[in-house]
Amino acid sequence: MLQEEGTYQTELIDLSTVDVILISNYHCMMALPYITEHTGFTGTVYATEPTMQIGRLLMEELVNFIERVPKAQSASLWKNKDVQRLLPSPLKDAVEVSTWRRCYTMQEVNSALSKIQLVGYSQKIELFGAVQVTPLSSGYALGSSNWIIQSHYEKVSYVSGSSLLTTHPQPMDQASLKNSDVLVLTGLTQIPTANPDGMVGEFCSNLALTVRNGGNVLVPCYPSGVIYDLLECLYQYIDSAGLSNIPFYFISPVANSSLEFSQIFAEWLCHNKQSKVYLPEPPFPHAELIQTNKLKHYPSIHGDFSNDFRQPCVVFTGHPSLRFGDVVHFMELWGKSSLNTVIFTEPDFSYLEALAPYQPLAMKCTYCPIDTRLNFIQVSKLLKEVQPLHVVCPEQYTQPPPAQSHRMDLMIDCQPPAMSYRRAEVLALPFKRRYEKIEIMPELADSLVPMEIKPGISLATVSAVLHTKDNKHVLQPPPRPAQPPSSKKRKRVSEDVPDCKVLKPLLSGSIPVEQFVQTLEKHGFSDIKVEDTAKGHIVLLQEAETLIQIEEDSTHIICDNDETLRVRLRDLVLRFLQKF
Amino acid sequence: MGVEAFSVAWDRSEESLECSLQQHLRGTAVLIMDPECARLLPALCAVLADPRQLVADDTCLEKLLDWFKTVMETECSLHLLQDHPCLMELLSHVLKPQDISPRVLSFVLRLVGIFAAQEDCFQYLQQGELLLGLFGETGALSWAAWNMPSVRSGWIQGLCSLAQHPSALHFLADSGAVDTIFALQGDPSLFVASAASQLLVHILALAMQGGASGSSISEAAAWPVCAQKIVNHVEESLHSKATPQVTQALNVLTTTFGRCHSPWTGALWGRLSPPVACLFERDPIPAVHSLMDLLLSVARSPVLNFAACGLWEMLAQTLSRLSPTQAGPLALGTLKLQHCPQELRTQAFGVLLQPLACILKATTQAPGPPGLLEGTAGSSLTVDALLSSKSAFVGLLCQTLAHLEELQMLPQCPCPWPQVPLLEATVTILRLCDGSANPSSSVGGRLCGTLGGCVRVQRAALDFLGTLSQGTSPLELVLEVFSVLLKTLESPESSPTVLKKTFQATLRWLQNSHKIPNCSDLSPDALLFLGELFPILQKRLCSPCWEVRDSALEFLTHLIRHWGGQADFKEALHSSEVPTLACQLLQDPESYVRASAVGAAGQLSSRGLQATPTSPENPQAQQGLLMDFMHILSTDSEGFPRRAVLRVFTEWLRDGHADVIRDTEWFVATVLQAVSRDLDWEVRMQGLELAQVFLIQAMGRSSLHCPYTVGLPEATSPSPHPEFLQTLCRLPLFEFAFCALLDCDRPVAQKACDLLLFLRDKTTSCSGPQEAGDSPNSASVEAVLQRWREGEQGQPLGDLEPEAMLAILRSLDLEGLQGKLAKSSDHMEKSPQSLLQDMLATVGILEENEADCY
Repeated sequence: MLQEEGTYQTELIDLSTVDVILISNYHCMMALPYITEHTGFTGTVYATEPTMQIGRLLMEELVNFIERVPKAQSASLWKNKDVQRLLPSPLKDAVEVSTWRRCYTMQEVNSALSKIQLVGYSQKIELFGAVQVTPLSSGYALGSSNWIIQSHYEKVSYVSGSSLLTTHPQPMDQASLKNSDVLVLTGLTQIPTANPDGMVGEFCSNLALTVRNGGNVLVPCYPSGVIYDLLECLYQYIDSAGLSNIPFYFISPVANSSLEFSQIFAEWLCHNKQSKVYLPEPPFPHAELIQTNKLKHYPSIHGDFSNDFRQPCVVFTGHPSLRFGDVVHFMELWGKSSLNTVIFTEPDFSYLEALAPYQPLAMKCTYCPIDTRLNFIQVSKLLKEVQPLHVVCPEQYTQPPPAQSHRMDLMIDCQPPAMSYRRAEVLALPFKRRYEKIEIMPELADSLVPMEIKPGISLATVSAVLHTKDNKHVLQPPPRPAQPPSSKKRKRVSEDVPDCKVLKPLLSGSIPVEQFVQTLEKHGFSDIKVEDTAKGHIVLLQEAETLIQIEEDSTHIICDNDETLRVRLRDLVLRFLQKF
Repeated sequence: MGVEAFSVAWDRSEESLECSLQQHLRGTAVLIMDPECARLLPALCAVLADPRQLVADDTCLEKLLDWFKTVMETECSLHLLQDHPCLMELLSHVLKPQDISPRVLSFVLRLVGIFAAQEDCFQYLQQGELLLGLFGETGALSWAAWNMPSVRSGWIQGLCSLAQHPSALHFLADSGAVDTIFALQGDPSLFVASAASQLLVHILALAMQGGASGSSISEAAAWPVCAQKIVNHVEESLHSKATPQVTQALNVLTTTFGRCHSPWTGALWGRLSPPVACLFERDPIPAVHSLMDLLLSVARSPVLNFAACGLWEMLAQTLSRLSPTQAGPLALGTLKLQHCPQELRTQAFGVLLQPLACILKATTQAPGPPGLLEGTAGSSLTVDALLSSKSAFVGLLCQTLAHLEELQMLPQCPCPWPQVPLLEATVTILRLCDGSANPSSSVGGRLCGTLGGCVRVQRAALDFLGTLSQGTSPLELVLEVFSVLLKTLESPESSPTVLKKTFQATLRWLQNSHKIPNCSDLSPDALLFLGELFPILQKRLCSPCWEVRDSALEFLTHLIRHWGGQADFKEALHSSEVPTLACQLLQDPESYVRASAVGAAGQLSSRGLQATPTSPENPQAQQGLLMDFMHILSTDSEGFPRRAVLRVFTEWLRDGHADVIRDTEWFVATVLQAVSRDLDWEVRMQGLELAQVFLIQAMGRSSLHCPYTVGLPEATSPSPHPEFLQTLCRLPLFEFAFCALLDCDRPVAQKACDLLLFLRDKTTSCSGPQEAGDSPNSASVEAVLQRWREGEQGQPLGDLEPEAMLAILRSLDLEGLQGKLAKSSDHMEKSPQSLLQDMLATVGILEENEADCY
């Protein structure tokens, strides 16, 4: 048995430069210790409390399973590409074996988890002033989140591992995803053709059928997640199926914590379960199953379990890959009898591959993958509802699955077509940052006098100093005009501030030539001649040998060394223009 | 005023009483207007005319009208009016401007119509200007209440009733009513609009009935003025650009051709078919549905010469013009026609097949299967066009499948029936629905996406698949059908309704597949199929969804009923866990499932297929089921399982089930004892049924014991053996039947009465009637029965002598009771007298409420 796991591609990014990690749900944080403990990562990890707690349980179980079978040495020679080429099939095809690591220890797990900053749904977290991130309920698991990453003018939604079904977690928050510029969509169901309701029915039928015939049922599973829903279904079903006397065993190093944790995260549960807390009743009915001795849980098959064990029975235990954990024991124990059944419910593993080492197997085997994550019909409903400007998703979702190439319904179909990305591809998101939000200090804002240009649009000129810090921009009043230099010290100070002249007002408007000529005449100028040019007009004051050139965006007064005249003329021109 | 009115009414009622007595003496039928009703009538009329009195219940007025209609069937309405001046007063009361409630106005308009249906009464009313005052332009039309749809509806219905004779026709023509009816065709109330169209047809038929005859039929100018007016109006409407008007005209014509089968309708079609044909040239075609209805209505008319009137051409054109969604119902209608040219039938069938042909074309590689595509090869219809809207496509497909299913059942079913391509198409559709199809084309892929998981289409296809089992299909296709059925039964995605339909279709295919004449055995393929079916059935019996468990059990019951005797079937069944699981479901929490489990377990046991195989040495297990059933019968809180148990018991008794014949007397006694206490009347009914089966069997058997019997027992109607009567008393079957005779649920009492009559007839020869009263025992029994009648049913009859029983049996007036029970339970309350009393009681006019109806 290999005790190593493929982790992540280290060449792609330098993890020490990563500032923030957002965790969507407890299933996708299993590699966290590798990142936080061995890469020089110094950033912050954000996750909800149930995500962290249940993630800890999953890791604890994993470490426990691995540590039960310690290995004095570990082989590494096979990782040599030349050797690997010669190995039998699954090993031969394994990729990136050089990056495979030994499983982490509990100490590393604790250290990794200590770096997590806990957040609640809809809580706004400022990241360096540049963006704000917000977790939203994704409806998939306890504490599972979608993330909104937004600046003042752009909004990106990261939707991963979401569910629209009514199961135990809080329902998915769809409304907050509206008005996204980009929606990154990933973590859809692994089994788009299997409807979870049908599968739960199938699960119950097969379970009952086996037990009624005197056989045992083995359910390889994770210690948290779908198991809560399965226990709830069984709770409703066992009496009607006449299974009240059949014991249900849940065996995991974290079984007790998992069952108890689920009952205390009331605020993260669906409405129905939340309201039970106020009665007060435990939100999950497995409490009652435990009370009535129908469900029993044990940390392992040793100890109490071996005394209580009674057949026929139903056993829930890990690991769903069938490679380690107590499940291995039961596979060996029950595999030889065709009365027994193993029912696979976790969609993450190919059940055929999982069973391969146990062949030949007399035990019946049923595949009821229960994956509550979004399927393609739900995605198209979600996109219709949320209407993002752009959708970004992995390439696999933009074409039908290779095994069912005719199933055009098993792909994301949206307008405009989704942008797709491949593994290790860097993608530029399809938006440009056009605006920045700038704050104006109150005293500066007081001094502004907006003028209405068009109905509804007012303009005001502003002269200020722009302060930028932590991606925040603030306009402050400009310093007072420089005092006449009185001392050297003063002078140096005033040199530091930018050279601020008294600002001239801006002008707008156009000069109606006929009226302007009339005004000139009124003010005593005579012998005025107007010429039309390509860009405007030229007003000639022949007597004064002066020329006023009026164009669309400029007016020039050309006179010969007569400043008084120029100023007079300028003031006359200014009469026709608006200042602000 | 109220008191005065009342006293006046009272006086009149005395008069009317005299009148009716006189009528009686004159020999006129006064069967319905009995003296009591005649006495109550004036008071009622006063109430109706009084605006302060509110008649709360519309149904009372409807019943009153119905009553008047029945009275009018036997009585002369003129006499009735003359004999009951209060009626005339009520009618003319409406003419005065008062605030009478709209519902009374509507009532009076309809009542006048009923009276005026007889010509002499019509004339009487017309002389009094009453008719013009009500139906003329100054009448109802000018009332404020005309705004109420009920008043307009009453006006139309009144006219419809009175339009029965030539005088009415003149009145209609002169009063301008016809123009009003034209206007009412577009009434905002659909009821009024529809009634107006119906009235026009009625008037047209009436006019033509007397007006035109012989050669003048073909000349429209020779038609009566009134008819001409209506036809002109219809013709104008057909030319109208407004679709509602066209629809109205088409509806009038559809009704006309549907109702009137006189020669003049041919002339009418001759005149109006050109404007109808013009409608097809418009784009878009207005009122498509009404147009199709009209064409089909014309085509169904027995008097038209279709070849001459160009109807077939018009139908053919229409079929080719309309879109596939629109043309479906027309194609089906055309195919249903009796005398339709083969060419048109082929075309219509082609239209109907188009969607399926398209699906086959899109999903198969081959150039196209023969048969289905021939008729549609030239059609431009493609799946692309069909797929433009998912809901429309799904709707079209369901409609097509339903139409084809209907068609296959009919004698007009097209021949040759393209069984093979239809079956292929249906299987393909089912595969598209369950996602197991693997088409190579992109259109096929889109079909997958559209139909994938579509329960509606799946259900329709399964229904049709079941119907297709009646035809003969090649073996490879039958195997494919079995495979798709298995796939659907197995799939976790199949909804409970889909599963139910799949079970039904499976049963039909098992019955009909590879049928060998005169042999009910399963074919080898069917047996192979069963081998795969039972494991799936096992799983379905454990489904968390009770509907699925229920339909799986029902399916199992049918399977065993059909093939339970066959050795191969038995073997296949026994190699599965199905029998055990079925018996376990006797404890299901859902009562419907328990009931179905009872049926299945009963059937298993009848065929000796019960879970634990019984051997002669070990009858315990078998006895166990009987005891289980007895337990359910006496303890189950729901009625369905108890009814199911009795059905099984009756069947067991009838078929001579081993456990029953072991001690039939004990069996019947135990069952009857449990049933007699049951609160569910259907269980008690079933108990009587079981008792009857027992009687018939026992009598047959006892007669066989009689050494003097000659010939067939049925023919000689033998009298039962005295010992047998003893048994009946001991069981106690008599007590059960007597008790049921007094049952508060009428069907139970009826059944008990039938049973006792049967018993009495069979026992007549046992002892003479003179012995009846003599027995002291019978006196005590009668006393008990009397107490039972008074509601004390706790007391048992005690030990009974057969003679006493027979005596009581003869003393009871069973025929009389049977007659009483045959009447519906509300026959007392339905009498007109009761109706009048009720109406008066609700308004509090009747001084003392004498009615004791409820």
